[in-house]
Amino acid sequence: MKKLMLGNEAFARGLYEAGCKIVSSYPGTPSTEITEEIAKYDEVYAEWAPNEKVAMEVALGASIGGARSFCGMKHVGLNVAADPLYTAGYTGVTGGMVIAVADDPGMHSSQNEQDSRHHAIASKTLMIEPSDSGECKEFAKAAFDLSEKFDSPVIVRLSTRVSHSQSAVELCDREEHDLVPYEKKAAKYVMMPGNAIKRHPVVEDKLAAAAEYAETSPLNKLEINDTSIGVITSGISYQYAKEALGTKASYLKLGWVNPMPSQIIKDFAEKCDKVYVIEELDGIIEAHCNSIGVKVIGKELFGYIGEISQTIVAEKILGVKPEYETFDEPVPVRPPVMCAGCPHRGLFYCLSKLGVTVSGDIGCYTLGATPPLCAMDTTICMGASISGLHGFNKARGAESEKKSVAVIGDSTFMHSGMTGLVNVAYNASNSTVIILDNSITGMTGHQQNPTTGKNLKGDPAYAVDLEALCHALGIKSVRVVDPYHMAETEAVIKEELAKEEPSVIISRRPCALLKYVKHKPALKVDTDKCVGCKQCLKVGCPAISMKDGKSVIDHTQCVGCGICTEMCKLNAIVE
Amino acid sequence: METRSIMIVGVGGQGSLLASRIIGNVLLSQNYDVKVSEVHGMSQRGGSVVTYVKYGDDVASPVVEKGEADIIISFEQLEAARYVQFLKKGGHIVTSTQQIDPMPVITGAAKYPEDIIPKLQAKGVDVIAVDALTLAEQAGTSKASNVVLMGVVSTKMQFDEAVWQRALEQCVPPKFLELNKKAFALGREAAAE
Repeated sequence: MKKLMLGNEAFARGLYEAGCKIVSSYPGTPSTEITEEIAKYDEVYAEWAPNEKVAMEVALGASIGGARSFCGMKHVGLNVAADPLYTAGYTGVTGGMVIAVADDPGMHSSQNEQDSRHHAIASKTLMIEPSDSGECKEFAKAAFDLSEKFDSPVIVRLSTRVSHSQSAVELCDREEHDLVPYEKKAAKYVMMPGNAIKRHPVVEDKLAAAAEYAETSPLNKLEINDTSIGVITSGISYQYAKEALGTKASYLKLGWVNPMPSQIIKDFAEKCDKVYVIEELDGIIEAHCNSIGVKVIGKELFGYIGEISQTIVAEKILGVKPEYETFDEPVPVRPPVMCAGCPHRGLFYCLSKLGVTVSGDIGCYTLGATPPLCAMDTTICMGASISGLHGFNKARGAESEKKSVAVIGDSTFMHSGMTGLVNVAYNASNSTVIILDNSITGMTGHQQNPTTGKNLKGDPAYAVDLEALCHALGIKSVRVVDPYHMAETEAVIKEELAKEEPSVIISRRPCALLKYVKHKPALKVDTDKCVGCKQCLKVGCPAISMKDGKSVIDHTQCVGCGICTEMCKLNAIVE
Repeated sequence: METRSIMIVGVGGQGSLLASRIIGNVLLSQNYDVKVSEVHGMSQRGGSVVTYVKYGDDVASPVVEKGEADIIISFEQLEAARYVQFLKKGGHIVTSTQQIDPMPVITGAAKYPEDIIPKLQAKGVDVIAVDALTLAEQAGTSKASNVVLMGVVSTKMQFDEAVWQRALEQCVPPKFLELNKKAFALGREAAAE
C-alpha cells in the first residue's frame, strides 16, 4: 500500500518497522513530527524529554539496556545534546541507536543555519542523509543496522524540505528486535580516562571500516547519463539537481555523509568532463573531494547561504533564467505575528510601555521583538534570556537591575532556564525573570511539557509546580499575573523591578489556540464612539485594522480577549 | 508527463494544510507521483505561507520556483499579488477576494494595494476571484473557505467530481463532512458563474 507521508512521518514509520522500542525527543521545527508520529504506535515507548541532552542520554541508556532506541531534534538541539553525543561516539551502543537531526537551511524557523554534518565528523559518529520520504523510511531502518554493525550511534541528517515534504511511501510490517541481554561492560561504558584512552583507537578503526563499507553501500547511488556534466550531491540538493538537469548530467548521490567514500568519488569524477558538487550550507563534500585530489566546482558557484533550488542549479550550471510576471506596485511584507488572543500580547505591551530592556528567548513570544511592540533586546538560544540578563546586570550594575527583565516560556524554562535561575539566586543579581506560562510548547505546534500535566501520549502526568520550583531554586519573591489584565500586570512588573532581590513573575494564561480554551464572541467597534485615534492598534493585534478612519475588528480572527478594550479610552470596543 | 505545479498561498491559520492534503489525495488516487511541501513553525503564525503541490510521472524537487506554477490558489488577495511571479505563462490564479491587512499595513508603515485583481487581469493573467469567505459562512463556517476554493479549483483540473468527493471523505473528519461538501459545491457553482 502506498501512502503520501511527510518525510518526518515516513521516518517514524521506518523506526517502527525497524523494531525501535524507546524514543525520547525534544520538539523543534522541522523535526517535531517524527516523535509525534512514532507516539501513535503502541509497540513503541515514546516521550518528550525536557531538553535534547536528556533525550539523547535516555536513548543511549536504552541502547545500553539492549533496546533499539531513537532521539530526534532540530540542528540547534544537537548543540544541547552534543555532550552525550561526543562520548557516545566512544562508548558505542548495545541496541542500535539512531539520532535524527533536522537542519533548517534558509532559517524558516530557526535562529541560525548551522550545518549538522560538522557534529558527525567532530563526534566521530556515522551520518547518512535521505532525500525524500521513501528514503526517510529506508534510511531509518538502515541506520539501526549500521549502528549495530559498527557499534556507533548513527545520525540521520534531515532538512526542512525533506522533513516537511510529502511523497509516496510503501509500508512494510514491523520486525521485532528482542532486547540484547544485559552484560556489565565497564571498559566500554565507564568513560574515565583509563578506559576512554583505550576506546579512542577503537573509534578510529570503526570509522576506517565504515569508510570502506561506504564504498559499496547501496545508500550511495550512481546514475550515469550524459557525462559532460557530473554532479556529486546528497539529500534535498539531489532533487534540485535532478529537476534542473535531468538526463543532461550524471549523478553520484551520496547517502553517506560520515565517513564519506573516496574511491567511488574518484571513479565517478574520472568518467565526467566537469564535476560539480551541489550541497546546501557548508562545503563538506567539496572539502572531502579536495582532500582526495578530485577537482570539483562547488561553493564558488553556490555559496554557503540559504537553500539551493532547481532554479539556482539551472542558472549556475546551464545559464538559464526563469521568465515571469510581476505585480507592479510594492507588496507589503506579511511577517508572522502573535495570534489574535495571544496571552503574550498584554505582557509585551506592558514591557513596551515601560521601556525596559528585555532579554528574550526562543518561542512564539520572540515575536514580541516585532513592530509595533518591539519589546525585545536579545534572543540567542534556549535559556539564554535568564543567564544573559544576569550577566548584563552584573556588567551594568544596580541601575540596570531596575529596568531590565528576562522573558522565557514554560517549556523553554524547563529546557534550560532553570539552571540560569539557580545562577541568579546563587550569585545574587537582582534580576527580574518573567516566565510566560501558556501551558503548552507553542511555537512547534502544541507539544506537552513537564508543566502541562500531560505526557506525549496525552495521558495525565505529574505537572511541575513552577511557583514551588522557583522558591526551591532560591527565589523568594514569586508572583503570578494574568496578562489579559494589563493594568495589574504592569503594576506587578514595576513592583518587582523595584525590589532589592531577584524575583520571578509568572504570566499565566493558556495559549488561545488550545482546543480546551473557550473563546468569547468577537468584539465590535461602535463607530459612533470610535474617533480613529489608533490607540487600539498599538497592541499589534492582527484582527484590528483601520477602514475609512475607524477601527474594524475581523470577526473571523477575534477571540474576544479584551486587550484592545483596555486600550480604548472611549469605550468604543464593545461585545 | 511533464511535472505540473500548484501553489497554495495564504495567511498562516487559513487552512492551507487541509487544502494541500485534499489535492494530494486526488492526485495520488490518479496514480501520479506526488510531492507536497508544507510550511511549519514560526511562519505559520499569521505570516505569509506557501504550500507546493507537484505531480507527474516522476517528481524530483518538492518546491515550486518563479515562473513554474500552473495554478496558484490564493486565500487572500495580497498573497495573489505577492506570488504572481511564480505563475507559469498561461497559468491560472484562483483567489479568494478576502483581504487581511498584514502588520505593516495595520501599523501604517505600508499601504495595502488597491484593485489587485483587475490589475493582475490587466497584465493578461487569468484570475478567477470568488468571495470564498461569504460562501464558506453560507455553508456553515468561515473556516471552510479553503474547501470553497477547492471547489473552484476542481473546475480547472481534468479530474471527475467524484474523485474530489472521495478525497474530501478521506481528508475531512466525518463530523464536518456535510458542511465541507456544501462548501465544495458552492465553490463549483461560483466557478461556473
